[in-house]
Amino acid sequence: MTQTTDYSDNSFALPSLTKSASDDIQEKFIAAILFSCALVSVFTTFGIIFIIFQETFSFFQEVSLAQFFLDTRWTPLFAQRHFGIWPLLNGTFSTSLVAMAVAIPLGLSSAIYLSEYAKPKVAAFLRPAVELLAGIPTVVHGYFALLFVTPALRNFLPLEVFNALSAGLMMGIMITPTVGSISLDAIQSVPRSLREGAYALGVTKVETIFKVVLPAALSGISASIILGISRAVGETMTVLIAAGQQPRLTLNLFESVATLTAFMAQISGGDSPRGSLNFKTLYAVGAVLFVITLALNLASYIISHRFKEKYE
Amino acid sequence: MAQSTQSDNSLNSAEFTDNIDGREKVGKVFEILFLIGLLVGLFVLALMLLNIGHDGLSSLFRPGFLTETPSRFPERGGIRPAIFGSVILGLIVILVAVPIGVGAALYLEEYAPKKWWTAFIEINISNLAGVPSIVYGLLGLGVFNYLLGFGATLISGALTLALLSLPVIIVTAREAIRSVPDSLRNASYGLGTTKWQTIQNHVLPYAIPGILTGVIISVSRALGDAASLVVIGAVSFLTFDPGLFQRFMALPIQIFSYITRPEPGFANVAAASILVLLFVIFALNGVAIYIRQHFTIAK
Amino acid sequence: MNFKLGRKNKLFWLLLTLINSTIVTSCGTNKGGAEQQVSLDGGAVGFSLSLAVAEEYSKLDPAAQVSVASSGTGGGFSKFCAGSIDIVGASRPIRKEEITTCKKNGIEFIELPMALDGLAVVVNRENNFAKCLTIKELNTMWNSKSEEKITSWNQINSKFPDGKLLLFAPASDTGTFDYFTQAVTGKTKNSRTDFTPSHNQNTLVQGVIGNKYGLAYVGIAFYTQNVDKLNVVGIENPKGECVKPIPIANVQRNLYNPLSRPLFIYVNKAKAAANPSVERFVNFYLENSWKWVDASGYAALPDIAYYKIRQRFEKRETGTRFLDAKPGQPITDFL
Repeated sequence: MTQTTDYSDNSFALPSLTKSASDDIQEKFIAAILFSCALVSVFTTFGIIFIIFQETFSFFQEVSLAQFFLDTRWTPLFAQRHFGIWPLLNGTFSTSLVAMAVAIPLGLSSAIYLSEYAKPKVAAFLRPAVELLAGIPTVVHGYFALLFVTPALRNFLPLEVFNALSAGLMMGIMITPTVGSISLDAIQSVPRSLREGAYALGVTKVETIFKVVLPAALSGISASIILGISRAVGETMTVLIAAGQQPRLTLNLFESVATLTAFMAQISGGDSPRGSLNFKTLYAVGAVLFVITLALNLASYIISHRFKEKYE
Repeated sequence: MAQSTQSDNSLNSAEFTDNIDGREKVGKVFEILFLIGLLVGLFVLALMLLNIGHDGLSSLFRPGFLTETPSRFPERGGIRPAIFGSVILGLIVILVAVPIGVGAALYLEEYAPKKWWTAFIEINISNLAGVPSIVYGLLGLGVFNYLLGFGATLISGALTLALLSLPVIIVTAREAIRSVPDSLRNASYGLGTTKWQTIQNHVLPYAIPGILTGVIISVSRALGDAASLVVIGAVSFLTFDPGLFQRFMALPIQIFSYITRPEPGFANVAAASILVLLFVIFALNGVAIYIRQHFTIAK
Repeated sequence: MNFKLGRKNKLFWLLLTLINSTIVTSCGTNKGGAEQQVSLDGGAVGFSLSLAVAEEYSKLDPAAQVSVASSGTGGGFSKFCAGSIDIVGASRPIRKEEITTCKKNGIEFIELPMALDGLAVVVNRENNFAKCLTIKELNTMWNSKSEEKITSWNQINSKFPDGKLLLFAPASDTGTFDYFTQAVTGKTKNSRTDFTPSHNQNTLVQGVIGNKYGLAYVGIAFYTQNVDKLNVVGIENPKGECVKPIPIANVQRNLYNPLSRPLFIYVNKAKAAANPSVERFVNFYLENSWKWVDASGYAALPDIAYYKIRQRFEKRETGTRFLDAKPGQPITDFL
């Protein structure tokens, strides 16, 4: 503001430069409303924790912790009931493992290529394409896994119709954009000066990437991988459609397995009346799922904030 | 690239050779590997779209597919109730989640003091963004279906999806608001405006493109989510367009239901429904990209 | 600041009006319709028949608002006894616990059998040794005691080859599973757990088609849709005859025994009285479902049964007659 105005002339009404009481109240009121908006998120978390753990507590009145954590069979719906959580954890673990085995190489490669090698015009075209992959609903991945990938792979692998491999592969494709875009941000935020310094020392491009850029971006990349694992663990539709619902303790990827999420979907869409022990298993399994994803999300948050390299 | 002088023996011992050519070759190999990594994902995307298009296009263009109610015969009927359900779900998510999300973001960026509880709220939101959608389904089941007594109706599904979308809207809105330069705010305060006036007239308009992008990404995730609606209790067959307090359907649920039906023609109808859903989601994302590119104000 | 607020504001208000009008109209379709809503939920078996009836009914009465969900028989009963649905489709009779819950909530139910289902035991097309199985052999195959012990075909019957037993069955929370296990082992849900389960019986069929030594039990509909890809096993009935579930008359005349079972709908008596649409729908169901029963893959009841069941509904007769029913009893015993 460079013009000066002579305000001594009282020929026009001047907005008061001192705060009036009504301004203050309005401001406070608005601040209160906005604060309550922020609180909705806190209530959401407390709501989740309260609802899940209330029913889980009720579940553990009937099933002992030892049964839950030491039994190796999960058969709550059969005449001989077993409540060992390990088969479900195994299903989640094996499908997530396959998914990350796909997502980490593909995601990192995409991030490295888009950041270090691709011409800007090409990158501007390819990045939205990768984001498009991220927007595809997971039922579509499940459909493709069951009706295309499994029949195709069955031509040369002894796969069951439902198996962990096809579901895991499609989950990996689904998670690749997550790993890729967060890693891309991390890699791009490494200052050029670091790279240029390495080039000045005679290091080739690929050596710079492996020895300078990636270590510098490691916190962001690790955060992206952990976030990817969290998404794999929490994924429901792909495994529900393609991995089957047979709780098994097995490392054989060609067989059908049941994940935590698939079991939850099965119970909530199925036959167990509300209030029954079977229905409470829904919440007990949900509690395990919530705790696992909470731990992974917290780890990702801490790594990306605490260990972020500070440049300049 | 520094060249070692060949005549200096201390640099050209047996332990150290330039081997520039060898290293460059390795570099080229890796460049190709990285490119392949990038292309594999895109290739699978193209394969998916081709496969689904092939399976579903003929069903999609059958007259009445978009305007009729479902039938037990795959070659008849349509998916109108599911489309209607998804549209209403999307609208309610926007109506509910956007004000609350933007409000929360404004609070965290403009008003919140740097105390321990603001960091707590931040971590909380960051965690909620990663909670699986089926867990949101459990929350919705407990709060909306049972506690508030709405039952397995459209409003329960909509509010659950709104809660699901909230964290992502908050995070992207915060980034958009954070990117508004302080000089703009300070100039406004310098003119004597109140905080809210500054936000309303200067900060928000500047941040709207970024906020819109986040809203659209969040809504397209909500539109594609089936897991939470399975828990809430969406149905498989409706003869009507549902009102807020009635049983409802949505596109992802419709797709899932078709995939699990035995009669052979249903795979095609599932594929056609997927095409409709993908069209809506891609259109929304296209709008987001357009907004981002044309309305982002260069700093 | 060159951001045109004026234009954006107009857009905002336009969008808001649009949204509000959509919400209001959707609420509007709700208000006039309380008497036009009919909600069904129930088992996966019987679902296709209810779908057919709902679809045909809505052609006659386009203003009707019928919703059909498939949460499973138990889940359906849970909602029914809580009063949140009008009609539950069940692939087994109502159980004692469910009767108690309904009573506690003041829900009176009218029990209406509406079709017969046969559980087909299917094997691979190349399986030419398992042509007839006895209930005893099925028990050996499926009993929970056989878990990990009975793993090959020749342990079922020494004349069968030594091939690995590959079992497929409906998931353990379905009415079909309950019924089969009760009929074969004598105790509901008494089953081994090392089989491939699914809620989608079509995938069970696919499993058997793809495996030479596979075996599954599925609703008859899933066999008839895949007649050229599967073999169906005859079951030895109490009279010693080896009977297959097709021709469907075997199911209707209770020759295919004990794997024939009635399918039911249970109607909320109060809703039938208060809501004319529910009454019309149920009458339509009882009078016309026989037309679509075959296409849906089930067997129609004997004509005399339909007559007696319609009378039951007219008289609004509540309570169940199937509480102590054993698998294999003909339906006419109960009418």
